[in-house]
Formats: sequence, structure tokens, C-alpha cells
Amino acid sequence: MNRRKIIEENIFKFLSGFATYSLIAILAFIIIIIFVKGFNSLSLDMVIKTPKGGYYYGGEGGVLNAIIGSLDIAFGATFIAILIGMPAALYINVHLIRYKRIQNTIRYLLDALWGIPSIVYGAFGFTLMLFFGMNASLIAGIITIALLITPIVVRTFDEVLSTIPIGLYEATLALGSTKTETAFKIMFKQGFSGFITAVLLAFGRGIGDAASVLFTAGYTDLIPLYLNEPAATLPLAIFFQLGSPIPEVRERAFAAAAILTIIILIISLTARYLSKRYSKSNLK
Amino acid sequence: MILRRFLFDRITETWMVTALVTILLLPLIIGIALYLKALPLFEIQNLPHLIGSSEWLPTDGKFGFWPFINSSMYVTVLSFIFAAPVCLLAGIYLTQFASKNLVRIMQPVMDILAGLPSVIYGMWGILIIVPFVGNVLAPFLNINSSGYTMLAGGIVLAVMCIPYMLNMLIEIFNTVPIGLKEASLSMGATFWQAVKHVVIRKSYPGIISAYGLGLAKAFGETLAVMMVVGNRVQITHNPFKAGYPLPALIANNYGEMLSIPMYDSALMFAALLLLVIILIINLVFRYFIYKTKTR
Repeated sequence: MNRRKIIEENIFKFLSGFATYSLIAILAFIIIIIFVKGFNSLSLDMVIKTPKGGYYYGGEGGVLNAIIGSLDIAFGATFIAILIGMPAALYINVHLIRYKRIQNTIRYLLDALWGIPSIVYGAFGFTLMLFFGMNASLIAGIITIALLITPIVVRTFDEVLSTIPIGLYEATLALGSTKTETAFKIMFKQGFSGFITAVLLAFGRGIGDAASVLFTAGYTDLIPLYLNEPAATLPLAIFFQLGSPIPEVRERAFAAAAILTIIILIISLTARYLSKRYSKSNLK
Repeated sequence: MILRRFLFDRITETWMVTALVTILLLPLIIGIALYLKALPLFEIQNLPHLIGSSEWLPTDGKFGFWPFINSSMYVTVLSFIFAAPVCLLAGIYLTQFASKNLVRIMQPVMDILAGLPSVIYGMWGILIIVPFVGNVLAPFLNINSSGYTMLAGGIVLAVMCIPYMLNMLIEIFNTVPIGLKEASLSMGATFWQAVKHVVIRKSYPGIISAYGLGLAKAFGETLAVMMVVGNRVQITHNPFKAGYPLPALIANNYGEMLSIPMYDSALMFAALLLLVIILIINLVFRYFIYKTKTR
């Protein structure tokens, strides 16, 4: 009996350890494959040139159109998401601080909102576009992605704000500040690490999402100059060009994948580093 | 001066409330917009027929969604079978057995796995999983297959869902009071026995919820699956055949949807279906999670 339980312990310890380490192995596997493929085809031309002769058939040129388009959309969408998400998160944690029930209900709804798949946002963006009589354009892509990432901004920022001790809030009110001043001058500063994480997470999600820009931003070989022009994006550059029968075009897809992966890696690691750095000086 | 501060306070508060209300109403607005778009479809066919029928001939105005719903569920369940045990074991290891160092390494690993865009997973699937299924696994089992199969979709989807489920499982395991575990250890139980009889039993509702939310995420995943699953309209229960999940249907046909009558309604109905299914699953299981956390 005693031996059996020790054998069982060892078997499961081994299995669960194996599962954990295999996750690290899977990540390494994915990143190595993307980088090996990508760095073989990554060259200066890839980064500074737009595709020549059509993105699907022409082999010349690079993916500059997609890089610029992706950055435009991600920055624009993150900006809108901050404008909507940041005050919403502050409101939950300042004005509603006495109403735990409402707070929890809102968090519950936001979490559920987070689960809606991006293709649904894409379809919704498309109906909006038809409603306003627009074509696939940069602005439609920005708005759709902004809707997609706003719940992320609110929930991530809120997670950190909710850990701020209530005494701080009471102290500022006792000194005579209005609730808005408490929100923007005190709570915002205290929760700054959460804000940074929220923004970076949202940016990463926005730059990598393909299903929602598929309908709304379209695809083009040119660099978009105005908000009403269609824009290419990195995920779609990978998706479309990977299916091409011409090897040079597929090379472009691999290069785009490497660029996108590097961006995501940088964002993930910076978010972790910055959130640690800014939360050090916080009141505990 | 006081007036200005007061006014500023009012204006900002309005801004904050508007922002919050807008976000909270978003699912409702999306639902209504998609419903209005899908309305013409309801006029020619009733709901049970739309979902249950497997006739898909858009040019003849016949829209049966069953092949797509079937594929979606099949791929989702397949991915769940791969991902669920791995998540449970890794979650247990990270919360009960692992050293502090390993936990510190695993956090960025999970962050990055969760942050990688679905296109990257799709490309990895095309480069690795599809050839593996088509050239290694299928010949080994004496099956003829191109590799673009539901099995490939299931594997890629499993990898994508693991960080998502694992994160929730770790949170849930961490809410189990340490005293309970210590009590069972002091009675002479081994670590694994304590895990099996105390930790897992105590967090049972949480585990189910994490799994449910993982299923919902897998159900709505679009691009990665679409790139490897083959996209052929058919009803099959063979993992070595191609499928055509619901999100892939929407994403593949947006180009021609305005040229065939009722097609756009049908696609918006598909999106509405996805939204409703996933929102319901999310609301139900999130509720369970809140219950376990507050208890």
C-alpha cells in the first residue's frame, strides 16, 4: 500500500513535469521554425520596399506596405482604446468603489466581452461599414480593432487599480479633491504599471489580429496615405502570400511572420519589464 | 476656481460614464446589428431548419449550417482532448511541485504563447503539423490524406488554447487554501494524494469552468484553424478528412457575399450564431468562476 502510493506519486510528478516542460519546448519549436524560415528570407529589401507586380503574383519587393499599415492600425486603435478604456477603468475604481456588487457585475460582463472572437467583431465592423456606406479602409480597420481591444485595456488596467488600498482614495477626498482629480492624479499614477501593461497588451493583440481586419481594412500593395484608403496588414500579408504558388511570394510571407513575431516578443517582454519597474515605487 | 474644478469634474465624469456604458452595451449592439442583417434569412427559412439542414447551395438560396456547426464542434472537441490533460497536469505541477525558478521562467513563456497571433500558429501548422499528419501519421495508419484535415486543425487549436486554459487553472488552484492541503499532508498523504483528493476536488467547479471557457475560445478561433483544416463542405466523423468550421465560412466568403442574394445575410447569421453561443458559454462559466473565487 505504502509503495503503491509512492509509485503513483512519482508517476504523476513525472507526467505533470513533462507536460510543463513540453510547453516550453512547444514555444521554442514554434519560434525556431518561424525564425529559421523568416531569417532566410528576411533582407533589407523586405523591410524597405513594397511588393512589385501584385502581392500575389509578383516576386519582387518586400512587405513595407503591410508593416506601415499594421503600425497605423495598431497605433490608431490603441489610441481610441485608451480614450474609451482608461476612463472606464478609473470610473469603476473611483466612483463605484463603494458599490462592490456593481463593480463585480461590470467585471463579469467585461470578462465575457473579452471572450467574443475577433471574427464576430470583423463581421460587426463590416455591417457598420455598409451602414455608413464606406469601403474597406484604414479608419474602418482602426475602429474595429479598437472595439476588439478596449475590453482588454479596461480589464487589465482595472486588475491593477483594484489592488490600490482604499485608504489612499479616502485620504485624497479628505484633502478636498474632487473625484476626477483623485482618479486622474492619484489612482492613475498608482496604477501606472497596469496602464502600461494594458496598453502594450492591447497593442500586441491589435497588431496581430487578422480576422477582424480581413473585412474592414482590405488589402493593397500601396502604403495608405489617408484614412479612407485600404491598408495592408502583417497578419494578412502572411495569410494571403502563404497561399501563393510562387516561391518568392511565399518568402515574403515568411519574412512578414518573422517581423510580426519579433514585434510580439518585444511587446511581451517589455510589458513584463515595465510593469515590474513601475510597480516598485507603489504604496503597499 | 471652485466652479472651474467642479465643472471639470462634471465633464470628465460624463466622459467616463459614457465610455463605460458604451463598452458594456457593445455585445448588445453587435448582436442587434448582426440580427438585423440576418433578418432576411429568417423570412425564407425558420431557425431549426437553418441549423439542422445540411444543404449548402448559396446560389439556389439553400442555407443549411449543419456541416459548419458539425465541423466546428468536431475540431473544438478534438483540440480539447489534446489540451485538457496537458493543462491540468501543467497547472498542478506549476502550483504544487515546481520550483520558484521554473515558475518565473514559465510566466513569460505563457505570456508569449498567449500573445502570438493566430496567423503565426497557422503558419506553423502549415509548415509542421500538416506535413506531419499528411506524410507521417496518415501513411502510418494506412490512410490517404492531404494533411489539411480536422486533426491538424485540432492540434493547432490545442496549442493555442493551452496558455489560455492554463492561466485560469493556475489562478483557480492558487485559491485553494493552503491549510487544507497541509492538513491532508500531516495525515500522511503524499503530495499527489493531497492534490488528487483536496486540490482537485476543491477546485472542481473552477476546473470545469476553465475548460468551458477554453472550449468557447477554440470554437471562435478563425484564422489558424482555417489555414490547416482544408475547408470542404461535408459532414464527416473522420479526423483525417477536411472540415469547414463556422468562423472559416465567414472569413473565406466575405469577398463574394455581396454578389449572391441572401449570402451576406447567411454569413451575418453565422456570425450571430457564433456570438450567441460563445457569449452564453462565457456568461455561464464566468459565473461559476466568480462563485469559486468569492467562496
